[in-house]
Amino acid sequence: MLVSTKWLSKYVNINGIAPADLAERITRAGIEVDSIINRSQGMTNVVVGHVKECVKHPEADKLNICQVDVGEETTQIICGAPNVAQGQKVIVARPGAVLPGGVKIKKAKLRGEESNGMICSLQELGIEGKLVPKAYAEGIYVLPKDALPGEDALPLLGLDDTVLEFDLTPNRSDALSMLGVAYEVGAILSQGIALPDINYDQASEKAEDLLKLRVEATHDNPMYVAKVVKNVTISESPLWLQNYLMAAGVRPHNNVVDITNFVLMEYGQPLHAFDYDRLETGEIVVRHAEEGEKIVTLDDAERTLRSHNLVITNGKEPVALAGVMGGANSEVHDGTTTVVIESAYFAPASVRQTSKEVGLRSDASARFEKGVDPNRVQEAAERAAQLIAELAGGAVLAGSVVFDELEKTPERIVISPDYINSRLGMKISMDEMMTILKRLQIPTDAVNGQLVIDAPTRRQDLKIKEDIIEEIARMHGYDEIPKTLPVTESVPGGLTPYQAKRRVVRDFLEGAGLYQAITYSLTSKEQSQAFALETAETTDLLMPMSEERSTLRQSLIPHLLEALTYNVARRMDSVALYETGSVFLGMEEDGLPKEVEHLAVAMTGQWVDHAWQGESKNVDFFVLKGIVEGLMNRLGFSDRLTFEKAAIAGMHPGRTADILLDGNRVGLIGQLHPSEMKKRDLKETYVMEINLADVLKAETAELIYKPVPRFPSMTRDIALVVSKETTAGKLEHIIRDAGGKLLKDVKLFDLYEGKNVEEGKKSIAFSLTYFDPERTLTDEEVVKAHDKVLTALTTQADAQLRG
Amino acid sequence: MEQQLQQLKEEALKKIQDASDVKELNDVRVAYLGKKGPITDLLKGMGKLPAEERPKMGALVNVVRETVTEALESRMTLLEEAAIQAQLENESIDVTLPGRPAPAGNHHPLTRVVEEIEDFFISMGYEIAEGPEVEKDYYNFEALNLPKGHPARDMQDSFYISEDILLRTHTSPVQARTMEAKKGEAIKIICPGKVYRRDNDDATHSHQFTQIEGLVVGENIRMSDLKGTLDLFAKKMFGADREIRLRPSFFPFTEPSVEMDISCFKCGGAGCNVCKKTGWIEILGAGMVHPNVLKMAGYDPSVVTGFAFGMGPERIAMLKYGVEDIRHFYTNDIRFISQFNRTEA
Ligand SMILES: [Zn+2]
Repeated sequence: MLVSTKWLSKYVNINGIAPADLAERITRAGIEVDSIINRSQGMTNVVVGHVKECVKHPEADKLNICQVDVGEETTQIICGAPNVAQGQKVIVARPGAVLPGGVKIKKAKLRGEESNGMICSLQELGIEGKLVPKAYAEGIYVLPKDALPGEDALPLLGLDDTVLEFDLTPNRSDALSMLGVAYEVGAILSQGIALPDINYDQASEKAEDLLKLRVEATHDNPMYVAKVVKNVTISESPLWLQNYLMAAGVRPHNNVVDITNFVLMEYGQPLHAFDYDRLETGEIVVRHAEEGEKIVTLDDAERTLRSHNLVITNGKEPVALAGVMGGANSEVHDGTTTVVIESAYFAPASVRQTSKEVGLRSDASARFEKGVDPNRVQEAAERAAQLIAELAGGAVLAGSVVFDELEKTPERIVISPDYINSRLGMKISMDEMMTILKRLQIPTDAVNGQLVIDAPTRRQDLKIKEDIIEEIARMHGYDEIPKTLPVTESVPGGLTPYQAKRRVVRDFLEGAGLYQAITYSLTSKEQSQAFALETAETTDLLMPMSEERSTLRQSLIPHLLEALTYNVARRMDSVALYETGSVFLGMEEDGLPKEVEHLAVAMTGQWVDHAWQGESKNVDFFVLKGIVEGLMNRLGFSDRLTFEKAAIAGMHPGRTADILLDGNRVGLIGQLHPSEMKKRDLKETYVMEINLADVLKAETAELIYKPVPRFPSMTRDIALVVSKETTAGKLEHIIRDAGGKLLKDVKLFDLYEGKNVEEGKKSIAFSLTYFDPERTLTDEEVVKAHDKVLTALTTQADAQLRG
Repeated sequence: MEQQLQQLKEEALKKIQDASDVKELNDVRVAYLGKKGPITDLLKGMGKLPAEERPKMGALVNVVRETVTEALESRMTLLEEAAIQAQLENESIDVTLPGRPAPAGNHHPLTRVVEEIEDFFISMGYEIAEGPEVEKDYYNFEALNLPKGHPARDMQDSFYISEDILLRTHTSPVQARTMEAKKGEAIKIICPGKVYRRDNDDATHSHQFTQIEGLVVGENIRMSDLKGTLDLFAKKMFGADREIRLRPSFFPFTEPSVEMDISCFKCGGAGCNVCKKTGWIEILGAGMVHPNVLKMAGYDPSVVTGFAFGMGPERIAMLKYGVEDIRHFYTNDIRFISQFNRTEA
């Protein structure tokens, strides 16, 4: 909403208040002023000129040599506009003038002819092209005949004005009108407002003699008022009216259309003007469209209607899309002599739906959607009739043609001052509350210590007690509310165990050297199930904005890989990222997908980079596995984790494993398949993903201290030669099984294949630690246990002992 | 014999003096004082002397032995010190060489902001509540006083999955779910999470972003409680000197509704580019829980009241750290994320 302060001052006295101060006070009271627009933009030296003579430039086809009376002199100005003509009153920027955009006007010679200034278009004065009346859109603007040469053109054009741009919240539709703004500003300034004085002469002929009205869709159109004005002369509107409209962001057309737009802006009541003769039938019927019925709207677009769209018809065919846009067939045109003014209440939901469906949002629909003031439907029609009589010379027929079943009773709200104060946490006296409500022109009585309020219908947002509390609070000032803290039963705040453990996961991974990433949940169909631990029916958007973001992910890995590619493409070759976030699987009974929190890691490039001391290591499977093991240890699962080789699409078949917790699969880990790496412009890359929710919810043993050993332990090393296929995991398992309860720890410390080892075999060495917490072990006991281990290895793993 | 002894002493002292390292000196010790050394020999040979000479010679031998021992020890100390000195010199390093990098990773800046906010409110006795990102229209809109066809739904263009299921447009449905689950009990929660809106991604819009909201419900919760809570929060988050101001606003789920500005932390209120010359920065939206919202969740609004507030961690991070483009939060450029490694406390 654009509010011209010049226009506003017709209704409320804002003299002597700087626009910036006014804007600040309006903002603090509840309507945010987004910007303050100075329409003059610092222009000077722009005056009215009278074109005394206009001849073609001898040297240039498109230029005219004009002799222009600018008050103090008659001077020569060269003008290139196609519509310049002798006798016109025009806008002249004199030498020395500065125009918007920093254009400086100087004396100049054009093709040998002197030019002392410039004849201006409205665009050159900073008015948006789409607001300039069509007749002047391609050339200079022509002023009314009575403009005086030499007169300052800025006030004449209403450019000595400041416009406040409101950012209105949906509840304050009352401020979608100049009068609504006047009520608000009046309340802020503790002033009354001046409403338009409506009176005009009526013809003896009655409107209802000329026009019949039938409303069939009474729910969507509970009130319809039509007035008829005869003998109008369609012409340009007077300048003041055009100026107000342009300041409000509306393009002037002709006097009748401009008047409907003016009243829309003034009252917030959209009006529509029909050419009576073009209606043909002398009848208006409001009904729902027939399915597939068509209408060509004012913007020359043909629109196909559905059976819930409300239309105004002439009894035969639609002449307007109710509350949204008029039809081209009944439009007021230059030859119109009899006008029908429509002022109606269309149900907000109906207009909203239609305007959405046809993709048309107009100044009218924006107001109907919010609900116009039922008590100003008739008044707005009268205001328009008055202005048409004044400005288009018409004769207003007596009375109106009316259908009216609209509820207009104000909402009654009864509230006690105590209630208000207890909700705000402060003390405002009843007197002051009464004063505030009076300033807002909200009719209020004090009855038995209660405020009895009849909320005016122009304020559709006042319905319940809390709405009144807000009115009192915002006018009293939020700065006056004290600062206190809630007094509630105190309960200790905190994280749930799950949330606390999630923080542990993040801290551990970051301590291990990974950076946290946050990627998008929406992904492409193609990627949605890649690398997923578990796949289920995808959760797809009904109307995606792009294929790339059309469904919810079932794995975090694809987007983490995208982040890796992004970094690598920018020469960050070593990247290690993790993410925790939801994946979305199938559908639960309540219709929502199963959302499961996952953790994923993706890493590539160097892991240790300390070359000058000879240490440098690329990321590999065991770097990532070590991180997973470390994390699981931290979470209390040290002995419950196993890794089993697995085949997973997109992963290296020899370097990928399932991660199992207590034998149940909770994740995957491995190297990206070379073809996948190539596709993504990545070098050797490792990823892992686990079902974090399952892991964080798994039971862990209570942390109980084990006594620090008082007796020495004994270590024995074993070196074995086994088949290449025998896994370290299997060997360790055999060792632990055979070692009995004295065996406390098994550690692999050497692995070798190649020279000196038989083809198809590998050499592998473990260090075993034996220990008894109760006493020092004897050699015999250790030898006995150790022999069992050796026997088990030879028999179960076909191992040969070395050296 | 006496002369022989004197000569032996001179000889030993010279060799001690000449010894240039600990090993050489030890050789001298063995050579002169050892079991097979000349002094031992002399002592052994004392038996051949006449009995009256023995005490005198014995004393003499002891003096020589003590003199040599003393000289040996002092020389030894000297040489040991020299040896340590030499070793230290040898071990000297260039302390300006780079250290072995310790593993370094850190929170995403949004997590950093969210945890900071969570921790403040936890200290005030709040709990953290979470909920699904794919929501029912009922919890996302209807339970929050946004019935179907409500004009305010336009404020939040949504990604629908079906007619009744959508990606949540705010974290408020978690509030609605919590109220429903608490069945009339008092509530103090913070709800952080991802939310989604139909926006084209650009410098100031993101189709996915983060929200963190708070809700307090109980008997006699007043608007002044909201103001006091937000004031403490602003001071904790943005500095002890911050002032707050409330401006009337509109949200369908609160009445009255306000927006909170804080005095600009860059210029202190004088006006600068961060606060767009106003001295104030808009930080969050808040209000008293709308009676319809309480009613729908099974609370009696004549007995129980509440307040709610909500803010965007992206906006807070952008203001706090001067980030100019919201897309930085989702491209995961390591050069961006790693800047949030250092502590601010
Ligand atoms: Zn500032």
